[in-house]
Amino acid sequence: MIPNPEPAQGSEASELDRLLDAVSEGCGVNFRDYARSSLKRRVMFRVAEERAGTISGLCARVLDDQACMERLLMSLTIHVSAMFRDPGFYAVLRAEVAPVLRTYPFLRFWVAGCSTGEEVYSLAILLHEEGLYPRSRIYATDLNESVIEKARSGVFPISTMREHTRNYQLAGGQGAFAEYYTADQDLVIFRPFLRENMIFAAHNLAEGASFNEFHMILCRNVMIYFNRSLQDRVHKLFHESLIMFGYLGLGRSESVRFSSFEPCYETLSPKERIYRKIK
Amino acid sequence: MIVIGASLGGLQALQTILRGLPPTFPWPAAVVLHRDKEPDSSLCELLQRSSALPVVEVLDKQPIQPGTIYLAPADYHLLVEPGHFCLSTDDPVCCARPSIDVLFESAADVYGPSLIGVVLTGGSRDGAGGAARIQREGGIVLVQDPATAQNAVMPAAAIDATKTSFVLPLSQLGGRLIQLAQSKLPLHFPSPKSNS
Repeated sequence: MIPNPEPAQGSEASELDRLLDAVSEGCGVNFRDYARSSLKRRVMFRVAEERAGTISGLCARVLDDQACMERLLMSLTIHVSAMFRDPGFYAVLRAEVAPVLRTYPFLRFWVAGCSTGEEVYSLAILLHEEGLYPRSRIYATDLNESVIEKARSGVFPISTMREHTRNYQLAGGQGAFAEYYTADQDLVIFRPFLRENMIFAAHNLAEGASFNEFHMILCRNVMIYFNRSLQDRVHKLFHESLIMFGYLGLGRSESVRFSSFEPCYETLSPKERIYRKIK
Repeated sequence: MIVIGASLGGLQALQTILRGLPPTFPWPAAVVLHRDKEPDSSLCELLQRSSALPVVEVLDKQPIQPGTIYLAPADYHLLVEPGHFCLSTDDPVCCARPSIDVLFESAADVYGPSLIGVVLTGGSRDGAGGAARIQREGGIVLVQDPATAQNAVMPAAAIDATKTSFVLPLSQLGGRLIQLAQSKLPLHFPSPKSNS
């Protein structure tokens, strides 16, 4: 057999366990139920960036250096998104979900794992154009307080606006995207009226409880970072938090199919992964 | 388990390999083909037309079944966990998402010596690092002979990184996979896990 010069996988796995224990004790965030394959890549990226050599090296560093711990925490939690990411999703939202939502006098949305807020602003713009925003509240949560702060500010780099504008148009946007923000050198700030019905809060999907009943929950490309047992926990939380016939929007390559809650939903759009709670 | 990486000219190369695999082929194969970030289901359909085995585009946490071809979805990395797949939207690696290195490295972590990596035609170095990792974990790396590749850069980089002796013309890769599956050799290798 070809010899294995790297540390055996077993010991590397236990090094990773020790690091996650240190993070849990140091910042109170538990990553043990995250998908190991993608988590390990992010940890190895920090190992390289911090020139720590090994996972154990990084572990020693974070125990000693709070700033290093915070960089690791940031690295493990941030999810980059784009406004109107997967334009087809928003097109279905507009064409098929909005007409049903219009029948409710008041609407609550939950963007779970909102990161820096791209999906939150996209949703607000869509609801505004559909005339639904005045009766809507968008609850936007993430476990990372610093990204929530960023999301709340409504400030985004101008360099991303070209992609966002293209997505907005493909998603059936009805106005000029540039009307929703003011540019200031390298940054843009979104117009304050969009933030009026947004409520930002820290909430950890791995531990938090249901806190309201929603007409729609968006959680796109967040649960892909969780293992199956944590995914099931989150699906239970979403199921408890949706009104009957409420909608669940997932990422383009996510499905309720591999969760035990599959029978509780009907599929509104198999391509865009929009589901409706039926029991 | 088989992992396959292809880029420029890869669709045709993949079709050639898939055409050579019988419906009884026992192993699952995960495929990263560098592709446009817009979703396009026709890619899966095109590959299906060349394959006696079912071809599916992977959903997050999809279980890994024998005799199935799994295609990485557009704009996601495809990773392997014990028994199922996992996706990520992390930054591109080697300018690519899905990236071949990401698939190969995660599969090597899980399957060790029971893994075969195949690097096909392409214009980047993606896959070279992953192929080296597969080898370090005791797996086998097959590379398309650069002379038969539409673009030689990727297979040449993988040969350079692995010094593998399994460099084969495209037309022979499918046959070699069948041979390896029949010998079941890699499945009988002891895992480095159990040695530690």
